[in-house]
Amino acid sequence: MNVLDYISHFFGDGALWHGYDGIPTRLGEHVVYSLEALVLAAVIGLPVGLVTGHFGRGGNTLALIATGGRALPTFGLLVLVVTWFGFGTGPAMVPLVVLAVPPILVTTYEAVRSVDPSPVDAARGMGIHESRILFRVELPVALPLILSGLRSAAIQIVSTATIAAYTGLGGLGRYIIDGLSQKNYEKVVGGATLVAGMALVTLLFFWAVSRFTVSPGVRRSE
Amino acid sequence: MIRIDQVTKRYADGTVAVDRLSLDIPDRAITVLVGPSGCGKTTTLRMINRMVEPSEGTILLDGADIRDQPVNTLRRSMGYVIQNAGLFQHRTILDNIATVPRLLGWSKPKARERAAELMGRVGLDTALAKRYPYQLSGGQQQRVGVARALAADPPVLLMDEPFSAVDPIVRKGLQDELLRIQDELGKTIVFVTHDIDEAIKLGTMVAVLRTGGHLAQYAPPAELLTAPADAFVEDFLGADRGIRRLSFFPSAGLELRTEPVVAMDAPAARLTAPADVPYLLVVDTDGRPLGWGAPDDLTAGAIDPARLLNHGRPFTPGRDSLRTALDGAVLSPTGWAVAVDDEGRATGVVSQQVIGEAIRTAHAAGREDVTAAR
Repeated sequence: MNVLDYISHFFGDGALWHGYDGIPTRLGEHVVYSLEALVLAAVIGLPVGLVTGHFGRGGNTLALIATGGRALPTFGLLVLVVTWFGFGTGPAMVPLVVLAVPPILVTTYEAVRSVDPSPVDAARGMGIHESRILFRVELPVALPLILSGLRSAAIQIVSTATIAAYTGLGGLGRYIIDGLSQKNYEKVVGGATLVAGMALVTLLFFWAVSRFTVSPGVRRSE
Repeated sequence: MIRIDQVTKRYADGTVAVDRLSLDIPDRAITVLVGPSGCGKTTTLRMINRMVEPSEGTILLDGADIRDQPVNTLRRSMGYVIQNAGLFQHRTILDNIATVPRLLGWSKPKARERAAELMGRVGLDTALAKRYPYQLSGGQQQRVGVARALAADPPVLLMDEPFSAVDPIVRKGLQDELLRIQDELGKTIVFVTHDIDEAIKLGTMVAVLRTGGHLAQYAPPAELLTAPADAFVEDFLGADRGIRRLSFFPSAGLELRTEPVVAMDAPAARLTAPADVPYLLVVDTDGRPLGWGAPDDLTAGAIDPARLLNHGRPFTPGRDSLRTALDGAVLSPTGWAVAVDDEGRATGVVSQQVIGEAIRTAHAAGREDVTAAR
């Protein structure tokens, strides 16, 4: 049997389309965890990145935090957190958020910092408030880069959320982990295919968002 | 009036950018701050809208300290134009221009209507309204920058090297446009440049600053050229200030000779030159100059325009200065300059000698016509 056979058997299995361990349930769980982790990471990363980027300070500290965050082994962190706090949604979120904050934080900081200083100077000279300069002058221009940071964070979350299954949280990782222990390779390959598909959908989603939110004046001048 | 009173700017590291500068900037005129890099001209400009706060001294706007009002209120009452235009690339040209009116709470349609009106005023085709900055040339972007600064009709315009980043031909166009707009609107303009020619062309008053933020001289351009305060100013004005000063003398008083001007189809009897004029200026049937010819080489009824000597660049008495007239004479192979009217018809010719005498007379009389420079 080759991979394509595994895939067709997996998706051809009618029993997998409903119920507790069905594809819709697992997919739904995976989407919810991924979204929660992304929103949490964005809530932490975006404001800090925007503010530090606007004032052009704290870049070194950010780089340090980011490198630290990236160097942490996600799986190791998961085990550590679960050991400390037990199983549950919270502990499973921690490694995902830790994984996602650095790309959001660092690209947001860099995106805002690299905005051409002359429109900012012009805006200040025209008497535009500092916060308005950040949101109306810098953010629209930095948006493509900020979105790319969110996108890579989202894709990392989607692929890494499979490990949440280790803490009994379900999601598409269930298929991979259960399949491995049951030596059911249809399940493993099927689960992996779903995760890959979801990563692609994430890409598409961010492409659509940037289509609708990035000004043509910024998009085409790149 | 903007009064800069004993203003010093000292940075934390001890660098003094501006040193006890006092300057009275007249209303409804262009005051140019000029000097080499590091002379504090931009710092001075930026202290007027409080982008930089002075370490000592005060700046008064119509008698009131500029620190008396909220900083953003002050800035919104002053147009601000910077070197690279600094347009908002995510906004259309129209919305860029409408920025300050929108800040001041105008409705969107009213602000856009005003923006469209300004596009016309600065010489931009309104077809560009829906474009984005990246679709415009550098010169067009700078026009948008000027329109944006004028949008809320502020009494004061601060311009920081606005035309430095564009090529010389576009720059000349922008300078002419600024003078035209200024004739119509009469703003109080403070203009920073490192280009002394630009300062002399645009300034009603010119402040020459030297490195370290000292004022070297503050005078109208003609006076600057006539009587530089010291060796620094003289050096900064460059080697040909005598020639440039001629820009301030009108050419209207030059005595023109008409008998050397002959038509293409002139009879043989007309093709003789007066003793002191070696060449004849041949004009076409409309009276426009074609070129110079020696009387002996010209055959009545068979003048070949292609064989005539180039007549150089003509000048228009009354509009052009003695500098333009002298330039025409120097460039002409015959040493004579050609005068034309507004329609380009030759009204006479004048020799270098006569121009030279006019220069001597003008110097002696100290007659200076600032408008002739434009």
